[in-house]
Amino acid sequence: MMKVLDSAIPIACWSCSVGHNESTLFCPHCSKIQPPPSGDYFTVFSLEPKLNIDLAALEQEFHRLSRRLHPDRFARAGEQEREWSLADTALLNDAYRTLKEPLRRTEYLLKRSGAEIGEEHSGKDRRDPSRAPADLLEEVFDLNMQLEEMRMARAAGETDAELEKSLAEAKKKFDGLLEDVDRDLRAQWNAWDEGGEAERKAAQNTMVALLDRRRYLSNLVRDVTETLGA
Amino acid sequence: MADAKVVGIDLGTTNSLVAYMQGDKPVVIPGVDGVNLVPSVVALDPVQEGSNGRPTVTVGNSARKALIETPERVIYSVKRLMGRGLDEVRSELKLFPFRLADDVEAGEVPRIQLGELRFTPPEISAYVLRQLKRNAERFFGAPVSQAVITVPAYFNDAQRQATKDAGRMAGLEVLRLVNEPTAAALAYGLDRSNVGTIAVYDLGGGTFDISILKLNDGIFEVQSTNGDTHLGGDDIDNLLLAIALDEIYAEHGVDLRSHPGAVQALRKNAIDAKIRLSSESSASFDIELPNGDRYQREIPREVFEMLIEPVLARTAAPCKQAMTDAHITPEQIDEVVLVGGSTRIPAVRKLVDELFKLSARGKKAHTELNPDEVVALGAAVQADILGGASKSTEELLLLDVTPLSLGIEALGGVVAKIIQRNSTIPASATEHFTTGVDGQTNVAIHVVQGERELAADCRSLARFDLKGIPPMMAGLPRIEVKFLIDADGILQVSAREQRSGKQAEIEVKPTYGLTDEQVEGMILDSFDHAEEDFAKRLLIEARVEAESDLAKVDQAKTNPAWQRLAGEEQAAIGAAEDKLIQAKAGDDAAAIRDARVALDQATRRLAELMMDAAVTDAIRGKTMNEAGEVLSDNISAPHPMAAAEFK
Repeated sequence: MMKVLDSAIPIACWSCSVGHNESTLFCPHCSKIQPPPSGDYFTVFSLEPKLNIDLAALEQEFHRLSRRLHPDRFARAGEQEREWSLADTALLNDAYRTLKEPLRRTEYLLKRSGAEIGEEHSGKDRRDPSRAPADLLEEVFDLNMQLEEMRMARAAGETDAELEKSLAEAKKKFDGLLEDVDRDLRAQWNAWDEGGEAERKAAQNTMVALLDRRRYLSNLVRDVTETLGA
Repeated sequence: MADAKVVGIDLGTTNSLVAYMQGDKPVVIPGVDGVNLVPSVVALDPVQEGSNGRPTVTVGNSARKALIETPERVIYSVKRLMGRGLDEVRSELKLFPFRLADDVEAGEVPRIQLGELRFTPPEISAYVLRQLKRNAERFFGAPVSQAVITVPAYFNDAQRQATKDAGRMAGLEVLRLVNEPTAAALAYGLDRSNVGTIAVYDLGGGTFDISILKLNDGIFEVQSTNGDTHLGGDDIDNLLLAIALDEIYAEHGVDLRSHPGAVQALRKNAIDAKIRLSSESSASFDIELPNGDRYQREIPREVFEMLIEPVLARTAAPCKQAMTDAHITPEQIDEVVLVGGSTRIPAVRKLVDELFKLSARGKKAHTELNPDEVVALGAAVQADILGGASKSTEELLLLDVTPLSLGIEALGGVVAKIIQRNSTIPASATEHFTTGVDGQTNVAIHVVQGERELAADCRSLARFDLKGIPPMMAGLPRIEVKFLIDADGILQVSAREQRSGKQAEIEVKPTYGLTDEQVEGMILDSFDHAEEDFAKRLLIEARVEAESDLAKVDQAKTNPAWQRLAGEEQAAIGAAEDKLIQAKAGDDAAAIRDARVALDQATRRLAELMMDAAVTDAIRGKTMNEAGEVLSDNISAPHPMAAAEFK
């Protein structure tokens, strides 16, 4: 496989022609805006790729960069600079949105490290009980039955207070399970950020499994919420 | 043109306004009649001999007058039709007296029949925008070609694009579309150093928006937005109108629906009643029917509030959703700002108070700025930010969000969301596509907007046809498509086939909307009002205004007040008149303007005397209360020549 040498190739600034080795949002020499840099969301914020991050500092940096990059600042600039401002700001916003949310950040960082993470299941697929976590198989099966009953009752214009109550209780329980998953995920962050290779690998596997479990649970909760709220 | 003014425009359902930044303060630019609000009403003038078939239109208050005489040539509330498909327009038109053109086909932008001509909604909006542009040009005495235009935060891609198209047709470069609630926040936030969370509740003529923003050191960061682009004061008017129409039919056997002029008169009655009910405990309908009967109906405020309760209740769910999406509770909202004329209704204020638990926390919603003007003022602030040269706005920055999720139709008609709602814009997503058949050279992508699971339940945005893919085995091509929502909330798409490195060709078929060529062909000023005609137009307008001023003074001389002026006062007026007549004969618009200002000043005392006489006349033999009514009805113009003030 070919090695990508992007970051080692000097890039000449379009404005002042001074070469710079780093792919960056602004020319280090003349401060002019540059085309969207290669590199990932962490480099946009000049951060180490870690799960534990300082959210207040992240927000501050987001605001600082927004002030310089936003298309509002380039409304009277040339077409090329306007285009780069748009692309750079989109990158900045995408990066901020991903990094500020613990879940998105975890998924992003794990994927970046080569972990396979399932895509968002949608439609019928996500209600498939065979995808349920093994320890919850029975409960999920019952819940799906109740959901189906509920939908049928609704379609027939009936209300079933008992069924509603039982679904609401199930939702509460699954909400609690979601919180457990989030806590368990967070518990792996330090091992992933600071641990040696073996420890890191173990943490990664645990988190991938937790994320799968979480995705299934949150789809389930969404189904229940939608059915109850319909 | 470096210092050419960028104006801010509120293109509203009911009224539109244009504003600009005067020093460090946004101000609204009045029209020729001295009034800030330009009703978003467009009337097609009667065809005149020798006009070589070119349509001329009237916009604003004068168009509103035509509503009762020639309703088939007038259109209002066209914002409700912007960016909408044929079926949507059809259902909308059940409530409005407009007619679709007979020859409209599915998939086309619907056109409205106005007299003998047909117009798309963006064209009608362009006439309103052109009027605002002209008002601003008149005010500055210089051409205006760039603007910021506001749109409801909950407008989708097609509605935004239609608004931008309208700007282009009116000869305006639209530098930015700004969301109305965000603009309002900007207008409010300008003179305070706010840090905190604010909610903007914007109930206008035809749309409802709720936005939640975090203010931090000049950065206005929208956290979430929600709304209903089909909810506003119009719905309340229609409710009152429907009740009156039913009652008239039941009690008098007259079906007014076949008398468009009478329906418009009744609608005006309904609107007046609604407005009065905000300050009084009761209002009434009183209208003469075509058969000579009178329809009179008293509406106590309690009845009115019961009637509109279901309409107002529809604003609650979007507010709650916006708070959920922003991860906050009502208690965490520091300030609530009310925007839009409909927020004058006491029942609306009560609902807002309850939704955000305001009085329970010893707070009150902000209404300091005129709810009809605050959006335009905010647009002027944003225009100033984009202008980039102003000290008062250099620290301000607006970070807005996309109101609806963007998705692609996947197998089985299911939507794969690629950009979630409430993502800060600009926002982007990159997706990879491949072929399903050997040698396939085209891939079709269906992009939708909305929150539902199935594409059929979302709003179709466009179909992209990726063409010119090099023939390969199925599954081998790797086409990278970049979706980017720009700062106006409008989608841009680009694609690249990665194995060949070829920039893929994309053919975009917008589901609702005009093509570039169609917009080009609809540019209003392309043939008759080119830029170089500007000076000429200014001169013609100045002459017309001068003539109208002179006529007013002549008229005033027949008023008893004239005799009460001293001899030298009369002489001074005469001299000012002569100066204006002289200037009018020349070619210098600025000289005419100066002469008008001079005449205005010379006649100031005359105007005061006339006003005094009118007041005395009006209240003679009346109780104080009656006199108050008479005065508020008749003496609204402060000065016979109020429009002659120029900066």
